[in-house]
Amino acid sequence: MNALLPIAFDGVAYASWLFLVSAGLTLIYGVMRILNVAHGSLYALGAYAACSLAGAWLANQLPAAGSFAMLLLASVLVGCIAGTLLERGLLQWMYGRDEVVLVLITYAVFLIMEDVIKVIWGVDSLLLPEPYALPGSFSLGGLPYPVYNLLLIGLALVTGLALAWVLNRTRQGKMLLAVIHDREMSMAVGINVSRVYLATFVVGATLAALGGAFTAPTVAVTPGIGVEVIVLAFAVVVIGGLGSLGGAALGALLVGLVRSATVHYWPEAELFSIYAVMAIVLIARPKGLFAAQEARKI
Amino acid sequence: MKLALASVVSLAALIGVSLFAPQWIVFMVMLVLAKGVVVLGLLVLMRTGLVSFGQGLYFGVGAYAAALLSHHWHISDAGVMLIAGAAAAAVVAALLGVLLAGYREIFFAMLSLAFSMILYGLLVKSAALGSTDGFNLHARTFFGIAIAPGYERRVFLAAGAVCAIVAALLTHRLISGYWGQLATAVRDNELRVSYLGASPYRVVYINYLIAGTLAGLGGALAALAVGHVDPETAYWTTSGEFVFIAILGGTQSVAAPFFAAAIFEVLRTLGNQYAPNVWQLSLGLGMLAIIMFLPGGLWTIARKRRRSA
Repeated sequence: MNALLPIAFDGVAYASWLFLVSAGLTLIYGVMRILNVAHGSLYALGAYAACSLAGAWLANQLPAAGSFAMLLLASVLVGCIAGTLLERGLLQWMYGRDEVVLVLITYAVFLIMEDVIKVIWGVDSLLLPEPYALPGSFSLGGLPYPVYNLLLIGLALVTGLALAWVLNRTRQGKMLLAVIHDREMSMAVGINVSRVYLATFVVGATLAALGGAFTAPTVAVTPGIGVEVIVLAFAVVVIGGLGSLGGAALGALLVGLVRSATVHYWPEAELFSIYAVMAIVLIARPKGLFAAQEARKI
Repeated sequence: MKLALASVVSLAALIGVSLFAPQWIVFMVMLVLAKGVVVLGLLVLMRTGLVSFGQGLYFGVGAYAAALLSHHWHISDAGVMLIAGAAAAAVVAALLGVLLAGYREIFFAMLSLAFSMILYGLLVKSAALGSTDGFNLHARTFFGIAIAPGYERRVFLAAGAVCAIVAALLTHRLISGYWGQLATAVRDNELRVSYLGASPYRVVYINYLIAGTLAGLGGALAALAVGHVDPETAYWTTSGEFVFIAILGGTQSVAAPFFAAAIFEVLRTLGNQYAPNVWQLSLGLGMLAIIMFLPGGLWTIARKRRRSA
């Protein structure tokens, strides 16, 4: 009984992290039909940029609370610069290709970016413990629990609600939904589809970098941290139904809770449990929980 | 006739390598054959219109099956290991295929990826199987005949060469006949195939089974070559490597996977030696270049040349 509370907290905190990284992935897929393997590298790039920026901030004896602003700044910078470069420089020439070919193209980008990161930041691990330690901890059923995790949950909530609000309540969001629904029709009524694609990709990349930037204080940032993230985010997004934001949230929550319960009661099965959830969901609902029905075309 | 000639010549060349080449070349050629056999299976799948990002699953099952024989049951016969690797992978593929054959496109790719990661998760956490370190295997006989110490790899290479060439010839027969035509028809328009009275599900299932079995054989070969297995064999980057080799070679010919695997291994050895920090970068650039300029793979260059000559 005593264990349930920490399990729930851990699960929700992990789910928040999962949601941050998979929301961008599902958004990009929903709009552009690209299952972006390079999402993991954008995540890693966010983590590295956060280490550099917040590290420089703290090294100059500036107020420690400002390091959180640096984490945000790092993810926005990564999203805007790397996102724009990728979309304008490469992906905009690839639209309309087979989805599996697009996976291969982004896989190639992932390989390239892994080494670019190594060339820029070197192969040694970077540490950024201050933002994690700063908010302290509180007592949860007798156990000290980091406040930072609560911040993470809050960040995911705000991000999710903001995305939902932009999509459903603003002009830009409605234009985006129109593009998802029928690309050619939207072009005909005067929506600049190419700009919508660019904006989507930049937002998606920013979300990936945000996930990375806020993970950086909790881990040692080393080459290869993006590798595992991709497969996890894929699992979450596929569980929810590709391209569905609500699906990603539910998928993240499901995976997060199952994982934290498994870690608590049967730690050997941690990785196994995540993919087992995915396999079970896909067996029951072949296109994920929230996927739209598609007509069969001859 | 040309086919028979090509297989005899390559078999002779490989046996020549196994007899006279230095150990490190023997090792590299074995890895090329192992990966080539796995990619041969991917080729069968890709001609059906499916890309599996989870062939590492069968590669890992094959490797561990071979290694477990030596480790737990003290059977150190290389021939038995190869058969066991392929058979174990076939059993797993026969089970998972029932489910996976119902999926297409990106869902097929991702679900196969998930299954390979399940195996990876199990292997990493199971202390009995050496968790992340894996364990060693020793093969000392080949179908009951004892091998002189120091010559094991040379014998395995010869055996691997026979396996690879037999697999390639069988695959060639398969894809150039009725079954192969049916597979490409499933790729092009599945619904029409079922209107014509054939079962796309069956085509996908059987081809998935073939791909899995070949990947298991490749895994057992690689385990014999390295003398060690670890969970990395089932990791998704291993599967990604296979897909890369398949794209590199293209799906035009059963020889393409082996040439592509050879190019890949040579480049990887050189890359690790001279440019360990930009090796993945060059890999990615190469992959982009092939997808953009040679969508049919390197094999299309050879074909174009022959036609113009």
